[in-house]
Amino acid sequence: MRRISYREALNEAMMQEMERDPNVFVYGLDVSDHKRIFGSTVGLVEKFGAERCFGTPLSEDAMTGFGLGAAINGLRPIHIHIRVDFMILAMNQIVNMVSSCRYTSAGKLKVPLVIRAVIGRGWGQGFQHSKSMHSVFAHIPGLKVVLPTTPRDVKGLLISAIRDDNPVIFMEHRWLYDTIGEVPEDPEAIPLGESNILRSGNDITVVATSWLNVEALKAAEVMQKHGISVEVVDPRTISPLNDKLILESVKKTGHCIVADDDWLNCGFSAEVAARVSEFCFKDLKSPVSRIGFAATPCPTTRPLENKFYPNAIDIIKSIESKLELQPLDLSNEEFYSYENKFRGPF
Amino acid sequence: MKRKELNVELYKKVYLIRKTEEKIREHYMEDEMKTPVHLSIGEEAIAAGVCMALNVEDQIFGTYRNHGIYLAKTGETDRFFAELYGKQTGVAKGKAGSMHISASELNFLGASAVVATIIPVAMGTSFVNKWKNNGKLVAVFFGDGALDEGAFWESLNFACLKELPIIFVCEDNGLAIHSPTSDRQGYRSISDIVSKFECNVFREETTDPEVIYRITCNAIQLQKNNHKPCFLHFKYYRYLEHVGINQDFKFGYRSEDEFKRWYKMDPVTLQRKKLLENAHSEKELQEIESEIDKQIDNSVKSAQKAPFPDESELFKDVYA
Ligand SMILES: Cc1ncc(C[n+]2csc(CCOP(=O)(O)OP(=O)(O)O)c2C)c(N)n1
Ligand SMILES: [Mg+2]
Repeated sequence: MRRISYREALNEAMMQEMERDPNVFVYGLDVSDHKRIFGSTVGLVEKFGAERCFGTPLSEDAMTGFGLGAAINGLRPIHIHIRVDFMILAMNQIVNMVSSCRYTSAGKLKVPLVIRAVIGRGWGQGFQHSKSMHSVFAHIPGLKVVLPTTPRDVKGLLISAIRDDNPVIFMEHRWLYDTIGEVPEDPEAIPLGESNILRSGNDITVVATSWLNVEALKAAEVMQKHGISVEVVDPRTISPLNDKLILESVKKTGHCIVADDDWLNCGFSAEVAARVSEFCFKDLKSPVSRIGFAATPCPTTRPLENKFYPNAIDIIKSIESKLELQPLDLSNEEFYSYENKFRGPF
Repeated sequence: MKRKELNVELYKKVYLIRKTEEKIREHYMEDEMKTPVHLSIGEEAIAAGVCMALNVEDQIFGTYRNHGIYLAKTGETDRFFAELYGKQTGVAKGKAGSMHISASELNFLGASAVVATIIPVAMGTSFVNKWKNNGKLVAVFFGDGALDEGAFWESLNFACLKELPIIFVCEDNGLAIHSPTSDRQGYRSISDIVSKFECNVFREETTDPEVIYRITCNAIQLQKNNHKPCFLHFKYYRYLEHVGINQDFKFGYRSEDEFKRWYKMDPVTLQRKKLLENAHSEKELQEIESEIDKQIDNSVKSAQKAPFPDESELFKDVYA
């Protein structure tokens, strides 16, 4: 199958959906400037005109309510935030208005609104350009929260998000933009609310979100050399969460690590841990372990930033400790480094 | 519509609103309407006048103080009262209650109780109308308090920028709960400030629904001609406490004299007098009134008798 980047897959999903349905439109700060949201909105304004792809004033809150108004009246807006940190200014609209609109109209209104937001680590981004926040949104009934990891998923899930009649928060890790993978050319809708086994294994389960799936897969590859087989489960849609594959996997392996690309306290990792302990209690051979951001704001300086974010080594260490293994020699392993892949500023 | 007919219709609206609110006051202490109410008494002329000027397919949005516009726009009281009583037959099966009551099927698209938050939604709706070129107008109602919020200015800016077919209706009672505009706003005149934007601004202090109606018609005409959004600034007096069914002059944050001044121009009394002067007989008016009284009584009775929603309703309509 053809291989393209995550960024191209995102772009292709929007292109194809906008072609298919004239009610789909894209808006948000800087969506049609020359940078095009890290390249993900390339070609949209040229193809569909400024009516269907336009920049806005710096008014995140009002522009979210605007999208709600458009959605309940039959259009299918895609609102884009180049950083989730800016989307927080729209928290009121998202939590007080968008999420509850259908419910409090007793099902009369539907809200086919997609809010795309770039999350996660970049390049010395500091504490206001690097958050994930997905746990916060997943806390709110009425929202769907999707974190695609692979290029194929990002295309297929964005297509489903656009076709969905509910508000979908669609979160894209900045580092994933450059990842390459097989993506079908046809518009393939991958249903929301289905987890995905990224790698099968028998000894231990790692449930990971977004970028941490890349790290988990690397950890699994290293462990394989030492005879440990790791199963990596990507929930993809964290709200509403379909936990079937997660629970089945943990029942099989008896061990569970949750590697969430977010803070731990009251976060998605806690949700997974709670469900695993509730439904897999008898099968567990060790308590659920969690890996996530340090409980601090994100520091800018590189050494602290490196410490703030979890990575494959943290996952390996956790596996060693849970399975009571001798510490592995990792000196010959090459781990992901964005020093050569990713240069700032954003 | 002929002037005589118009005034009858306007009277029906203000009377319906007043009587509905009075009916709520009558029953509220029975504690069966378990929903905070922000009554529209005093505000009837604005709701009636503006809604009268709109077409049926024009869409409206409002705040928690929404009974007036709900009744003026829809004329219906069955599902209205059922909603207040929290019944299955309510317009949102009791899920909305007084503060969020609306009826999308009758083009009252939404009411929000977080100040100013519905304004962007109304603005988005008007964007769709422009997109579809369907000729529909949106009217969004809010209080003077909304102008303290960023969402109002963000929405006004965008509506002006994009020349959206929307009417902003500021129902200015000079108060946000108990706090007067003079304690909150760093400017003298709302309409002055707003008129710096590319929009059509109208300001009036009247309790005559006919005057409100004519201003709104003019605004709509102007909007059709120059495509600019309209901002209507109407002063009125809130007769009762912010939330609840009582008078609250005893707390001293506003004077009863002010109320008495406004009450001399009470919108319902005024409009009734106008009809009598326009050669309607007392008997005719009583017929109109008793028709509406009956409608309200029946609605209350059936709301009281209606069943509550089944518990399974709790989980319905979280997602489409
Ligand atoms: C964002 C927000 N802040 C505070 C409140 C609490 N509150 C409810 S009504 C109100 C006053 C609003 O006054 P105004 O907009 O003039 O409307 P009125 O009640 O006079 O019709 C306040 C402060 C709220 N509902 N929303
Ligand atoms: Mg007020």
